Amino acid sequence: MRGPVTATNDFVVKFANVNGSGSASANQLFAKAILRMGIPIASRNIFPSNIQGLPTWFEVRVSGEGYLGRRGGVDLMVAMNPQTWERDVAEIDPGGYLFYDSTRPVPQSRFREDVHVIGVPLTAMCNAAYTDARQRQLFKNIMYVGALSALLQIDPAVVETLLSEQYKGKEKLAKPNQEAFQMGRDWALANLPCPLGLTLERADKVGDRIYVDGNSAAGLGAVYGGATVCAWYPITPSTSLAEGFERYAKKFRTDPDGRKRYAIVQAEDELASIGIVIGAAWNGARAFTATSGPGISLMQEFVGLSYFAEIPSVIFDVQRAGPSTGMPTRTQQSDVLAAAYASHGDTKHVVLLPEDPHECFAFGADAFDIADRLQQPVFVLLDLDIGMNDWLCEPFAWDDSRRMDRGKVMTAEELEAGRVFGRYLDADGDGIPYRTYPGTHPSKGAFFTRGTSRDRFAKYTEVGAAYVDNMQRLLQKFETAKGIVPRPVLRQAAEPTRTGVIYYGSSSAAMREALSALEAEGIHVDALRIRAFPFHQEVERFVADHDQVFVVEQNRDAQLRTLLMNECGIVPQQLIPVLHYDGTPITARFIRAAIGDKVLAQILPFAGAAAE
Amino acid sequence: MSFLPKPKLHHPKLPTNALGYTRRDYEGAISTLCAGCGHDSISAAIIQACFELDIEPHRVAKMSGIGCSSKTPDYFLGASHGFNSVHGRMPSVLTGANLANRELLYLGVSGDGDSASIGFGQFAHSIRRGVNMAYIVENNGVYGLTKGQFSATSDKGSKAKKGTVNTDEAIDLVGIALQLGATYVARSFSGDKDQLVPLIKGAMRHDGPAFIDCISPCVAFNNHEGSTKSYDFVREHNEAMNRLDVITSRAPITADYAPGEVREVEQHDGSILRLRKLHAEYDPTDRVAAMHHLHERKAAGEIVTGLLFIDPDPRDLHANLGTVARPLNRLGDALLVPGAAALEAINTGLR
Repeated sequence: MRGPVTATNDFVVKFANVNGSGSASANQLFAKAILRMGIPIASRNIFPSNIQGLPTWFEVRVSGEGYLGRRGGVDLMVAMNPQTWERDVAEIDPGGYLFYDSTRPVPQSRFREDVHVIGVPLTAMCNAAYTDARQRQLFKNIMYVGALSALLQIDPAVVETLLSEQYKGKEKLAKPNQEAFQMGRDWALANLPCPLGLTLERADKVGDRIYVDGNSAAGLGAVYGGATVCAWYPITPSTSLAEGFERYAKKFRTDPDGRKRYAIVQAEDELASIGIVIGAAWNGARAFTATSGPGISLMQEFVGLSYFAEIPSVIFDVQRAGPSTGMPTRTQQSDVLAAAYASHGDTKHVVLLPEDPHECFAFGADAFDIADRLQQPVFVLLDLDIGMNDWLCEPFAWDDSRRMDRGKVMTAEELEAGRVFGRYLDADGDGIPYRTYPGTHPSKGAFFTRGTSRDRFAKYTEVGAAYVDNMQRLLQKFETAKGIVPRPVLRQAAEPTRTGVIYYGSSSAAMREALSALEAEGIHVDALRIRAFPFHQEVERFVADHDQVFVVEQNRDAQLRTLLMNECGIVPQQLIPVLHYDGTPITARFIRAAIGDKVLAQILPFAGAAAE
Repeated sequence: MSFLPKPKLHHPKLPTNALGYTRRDYEGAISTLCAGCGHDSISAAIIQACFELDIEPHRVAKMSGIGCSSKTPDYFLGASHGFNSVHGRMPSVLTGANLANRELLYLGVSGDGDSASIGFGQFAHSIRRGVNMAYIVENNGVYGLTKGQFSATSDKGSKAKKGTVNTDEAIDLVGIALQLGATYVARSFSGDKDQLVPLIKGAMRHDGPAFIDCISPCVAFNNHEGSTKSYDFVREHNEAMNRLDVITSRAPITADYAPGEVREVEQHDGSILRLRKLHAEYDPTDRVAAMHHLHERKAAGEIVTGLLFIDPDPRDLHANLGTVARPLNRLGDALLVPGAAALEAINTGLR
């Protein structure tokens, strides 16, 4: 038998649980305890579209080096769900560990010879200690955290602090949790060889980083961005974004008399949601909606109106696996084209691509300035992995001298002074016209907003030349957008290379680890992280400067690659897709293998790699 | 339609309202609808109502969907911002606009295709949410712009111009509005301006969801024998419940009425709705009785018109949401952006 895996501050623990069993808070406690020991972690929920009874997993990547993507593989499986036992046991890396509830005997045939087994009679201990059925269930979870603390050397004082923070003001609850934790810990210390080969050592690698989910961050970003109207329809995985906005708006925007400086409408569907956003923005409020792929499909007609009538709108799309209902609780980056070219007719839209919650906050606020400046829709594309998981990221930052940039809005004073107002007149040569808010002036500046063709002074027309004039100005505006949206971020390889990689969004964390691994193997790759569409000129230069460029994405059809070919006139052979789309977040091992194997083989065929 | 531009000059002695505006100041572009279209009469009634109410035109936002009716906001209140949105979605756009600035008056104009078919959901939800607006459906029972298909308000058994008989049940928007909590509900007829103008005035001065179903014959596709939305048919079957006068402080009471003949309802904004009863037993403040009466008279083949329901003390969406009195679109950075110190406290809580 292979020797047990040994590692300090660098391993993967996966918890297999049953949905609705109360495991989430215990698993969070485990993750946060490691974080408080100064060791970076990345945690991910893998859950079903279900409230109770189906399998759910929680994966904790411990990385002293600070790699926050999924690595791939599992070193320690905490197998608490008999339904998924077979596949959970199969997923453990050779030499890894299997932690299980040994109350009932499990036949030898159901274990693996190359995996080290750790049995703790959790159910028996709970049954002995508690009489209430719910308590037996809930404390079993805390108990395994206690046992793991002994096996992995989690500092029990940290857990005690976390529990007292969590139950501040409810000390009656903190005590029994503390006792259950201690019970599990004591049993492991007395009966098991502690520690395992996997150990934790206090470090100082977390710094001032914060641990937060992307949806809350984006909701907070919308508060800082000055959004006052939120209209939404519940859909996984975006619901917690609207809820995040509500939570923070309530905290920061409630007057002493209880009245609110914001309005949230849970609409009847996604069509009404985007309609409310457009109506509010037309009338001078900052407004947004939060949705996922199916909602984007439903909003198409209105998005075209927002583009053509030139009304700012902000749409947060927390992507999930499509098409159709797809896998509602699995992650993907598969709405890139649907967002970039949303609606019928010739349209293109600004798309922002945050990599983590820090950027969800920053782009969440910036999106409102960009939408107001360009007077058009702005999509912020999160995905389930960023949106619903807690990520360790740089703290949120804000400059108090910053002011909302409302773009080109003509005031009553300017109208009164005789400034020429043509709603669709390109007065400044950047393709962006001036607008007025309804009610501005008794006799000047009113216009009729429509989705039909009109001239520069908003008068209805079907004259071809006037239509073309307008469509060309919209293109000009899109050129202007390139200078407004976030620029790409370059990471140059240690040595000069003709190989590049382009990536974006939630793939970034796994990408960083893969790049380090490739470099260690002597494979040098320049990397460009794209943060927005339209693409900055720098993107074209990057592709031109390399012989082959891998494009790493979490969808089947290489959507960003399509967009790059289409918008930058790049030949298909130059862009090699690396595609991971099975609904789980992309892993560093997958990227490393896909790029490394091709480079080493020196064959770089034009084909997508299959998901692992 | 007329191709001659309307002259901007007008007679110097044209009457003015309290703001010094003439009726012409409430007009818009020349209508492109068919000559004799009921919708143009409704536009004229809106102009008359706003003029008489001394409304500043730029304080009105006129919103519509798609269709013949939805084109009309271009033909009145030329100094107001207008929004011709997408088919069936005027209610959501109006809702958003209202959330952004609660101080403007919101006038939604829609048609039976726009509100009873493609936009039935949005119509219903804007009413039940209590959006403060005057929502007028110009109801001709037919798709005019696409040349004569039945709409969802066409009566069962009515005949299309080409002879097809409608086999589907009609949606009664007044019934839906009553059921879903509209606080001002009326039905009228584009051919009865005396009835329509006061009903629009009452709706404009109402502080809640006000709905008017205005039957408006389509001269091109639904004004023939066998139609139940033709001028002749509506005139023959129209049964008015009451006659309304809207009295603002500027209009002193002059006429004499017999005791019991008149009922006055004071609206939240101080305007008085004076209802001259045409049916002694009809009580327009009783929602359930109004619904019952409508069903009963419909079964008898009548088209019931007038002010059918009024709640003089309505609650609107802003009251339900608890928003501040100041319009949301006028809140600046200081009131909206919590700042760096607050953010640092959030960061601390996330470590």
